Amino acid sequence: MKAIVTVVGKDQVGIIASVCNHLAQHNVNVLDISQTVMQGYFTMMMVVDVSSANKPLEDLSVLMEEAGKQSNLTIRVQREDIFEAMHRV
Amino acid sequence: MLNQNDIFQTLDMIDKRHLDIRTITMGISLRDCAHPDVKTSCDKIYDKITRRAENLVSVGEQIEREFGIPIVNKRISVTPIAMVAESSETDSYVPFAETLDRAAKTCGVNFIGGFSALVQKGCTKGDRILIESIPEAMARTERVCASVNVGSTKAGINMNAVSLMGKIIKDTARITADNDGLGCAKLVVFCNAVEDNPFMAGAFHGVGEPECVLNVGVSGPGVVYHALKNVKGQPFDEVAETIKKTAFRITRMGQIVGNEASKRLGVPFGIVDLSLAPTPAVGDSVARILEEMGLETCGIHGTTAALALLNDAVKKGGVMASNHVGGLSGAFIPVSEDEGMIAAAESGVLTLNKLEAMTCVCSVGLDMIAVPGDTTADTISAIIADEAAIGMVNSKTTAVRIIPAPGKTVGDRVEMGGLLGSAPVMPVYNQSTADFIARGGRIPAPLQSLKN
Repeated sequence: MKAIVTVVGKDQVGIIASVCNHLAQHNVNVLDISQTVMQGYFTMMMVVDVSSANKPLEDLSVLMEEAGKQSNLTIRVQREDIFEAMHRV
Repeated sequence: MLNQNDIFQTLDMIDKRHLDIRTITMGISLRDCAHPDVKTSCDKIYDKITRRAENLVSVGEQIEREFGIPIVNKRISVTPIAMVAESSETDSYVPFAETLDRAAKTCGVNFIGGFSALVQKGCTKGDRILIESIPEAMARTERVCASVNVGSTKAGINMNAVSLMGKIIKDTARITADNDGLGCAKLVVFCNAVEDNPFMAGAFHGVGEPECVLNVGVSGPGVVYHALKNVKGQPFDEVAETIKKTAFRITRMGQIVGNEASKRLGVPFGIVDLSLAPTPAVGDSVARILEEMGLETCGIHGTTAALALLNDAVKKGGVMASNHVGGLSGAFIPVSEDEGMIAAAESGVLTLNKLEAMTCVCSVGLDMIAVPGDTTADTISAIIADEAAIGMVNSKTTAVRIIPAPGKTVGDRVEMGGLLGSAPVMPVYNQSTADFIARGGRIPAPLQSLKN
């Protein structure tokens, strides 16, 4: 199952490293990354595979959200289906 | 492949534009719970509801976390209690309402609908007992919602029931006077009630429905309002297109959440109700959408046309996004639950008469309206009759949810709290309708041809 990870917050050193580190700890495989910095704000979107993750997605999304809060980042992990449904006919 | 824009657009809708799933409502048939003994029947009802809906709230919360979309309400609707309770030997159905309330609390849902009777052509013994039990049931329970269907396009309007409901609404207000007549906020009088409506207070599990079913109600006035800001000054064709596209996206969200929930609960998926349901929160208002189309205040000339366009475009956009559409589907205009409507009513621009006109072109009807506490039962019955006539002639659902707030008069405000919001007391005509209502009988069903 694929999920979308989005990260938004003030740009700082090591955001990608720390997010990837957290994902690796839960055995989540990163498939694609795109990121930009707009007016000092960092935005990143990742497509990840959570099929062999060591936690259910609902727990993962809570854990990542909490990890984000510690570095003043908004991190979300959401199932890919919802975006597909909304933007593809 | 999804692009970053699509993804952040969705997140923006959820974070800033109040996009949410308004309700997932489980419909449960109670037809097998009838029994001559009240206690046995109530026990069967309690057991069935708590067994069927045991995981409704936890599954809802699980889906919220996985998809990252709020599901604001988890609710239950049941077979109209008048049908279930009719076999029991008793002259009050209040114990049934208390059972529903207890079951709702055990399941953790905030409302349970179905303390209802369908009397468009006449009352059975059970229908009459149910209607007469409504005031006490509303006072003694917290989460139970009641509804009565008094008319339909096929049957006409049961004016005896209309007359009775005026009195019942007054009694309900009086008996819940300590809370500004809050009981009336949980009581709807319908014409052409639908069987698969997931929204409260009018939800019940219709007789043609399966054993158990899951219906979803979506919402998103804030998203539509924001989308319309990008087409300022453009012709109505563009306005309609924009609303359709937005409604499509909102509805898709409801469809996917409904599918997932029905799979996990092992219950068939019923319908998505394509609705724009406002909340009292700023930025989540249907009135503000109408104003964005170019009206200075909701309620002035042009409001009915704007609402007609909005209502139709929401349906057109939503219909393609879902495999089964049903419920009330359309824009809701509950005065107390819509920040823009409250403001328009308080400024005196939005009146009861204009609201009545608006109900000709949108979903449902005179909803969450506070009127002076000294409004007579006959006047309330006459308001119900007018609204039912609109529904009957136009083959649409109409409803009245009105609060004659005890001790309050025009200029006062009724506080309901939470999603129910607050309503300014609106003026009504004081001239008598007593002779009109006293006639009773039935208004015959209208002709379905020679339409003019």
